[in-house]
Amino acid sequence: MPHDHHDHDDDHHHAHDHAPPQPDDKVHSYYQILGIALKELLVEKGVVTAGEVRAAIEKRDQTTPAFGAKVVAKAWSDPIFRIRLLTNANAAVAELGFPMTTTQLVAVENSEDVHNVVVCTLCSCYPRELLGLPPAWYKSRAYRARIVQEPRAVLAEFGTHLTDKVEVRVHDSTADMRYLVVPQQPAGTEGLSEDELAALITRDSMIGVTEVNWSA
Amino acid sequence: MSAALAFAPGDLVRVRDDYPPGHIRTPIYVRGKVGRVTRHFGSFGNPELLAYRLTGPKEELYEVRFLQRDLWDDYKGSERDSVDLDLYRNWLEKI
Repeated sequence: MPHDHHDHDDDHHHAHDHAPPQPDDKVHSYYQILGIALKELLVEKGVVTAGEVRAAIEKRDQTTPAFGAKVVAKAWSDPIFRIRLLTNANAAVAELGFPMTTTQLVAVENSEDVHNVVVCTLCSCYPRELLGLPPAWYKSRAYRARIVQEPRAVLAEFGTHLTDKVEVRVHDSTADMRYLVVPQQPAGTEGLSEDELAALITRDSMIGVTEVNWSA
Repeated sequence: MSAALAFAPGDLVRVRDDYPPGHIRTPIYVRGKVGRVTRHFGSFGNPELLAYRLTGPKEELYEVRFLQRDLWDDYKGSERDSVDLDLYRNWLEKI
């Protein structure tokens, strides 16, 4: 035990935890260093433990768009659940085991007449409880600025081409509401099980930049 | 329980054309623009106060729908294309 200097170091080891290992060769930005320093201070002062921080990160990393896909598949399969999701989304998703934490969920449904797409022009608000962390492009200035100004051009860049008969409705999450798009169920999938449907439903379709596709 | 709401779905409202300093959750691109209230979400803590750890009365929060052609002079797309924003009562004036 090369570092065994008896009591002094033992106390040091047990008094507090250090920052967990960081990725190799990583160049940290100013704000990343600030974040690490803040976390170390909070741990040293006993506000949170390193274990609590780690567990929160692990929980966040285990949240994936598969949660949202289960919600949408259920809405496609169960008309009563669909109504609950559209009228009281927090209660509906909690039923399925995906409760919202601090915000209110609003589910918006695509139809023949309306295509919904979500953005947060001010920052990066996103229904993380159902979709996990937002993709980098969702947080980019280009997406945030352009989707409210030329949504059809942006959607076309994602491969989504809509006719003028469809109203494009952009939701800018400016407050305490978080938006989940319920895409249109593709024709021909009526006989599929909820699990089979969920496998078709992608993250991007629940942000609203794509539609759900299916071919037999 | 509470006083009557300031707005009802269908009401036309104008967003205050105002540029105060501080943490504002009303994007600049709708300030001074006219939209239509589509729903009332309830009352929430005012982020303009919360950002500075201040407290105050809760503010009514509304979903307001703007037509794209009313926001951008050169908008390309359907006349019905829209943007919905969540806006607090203190930023809205009834027309």
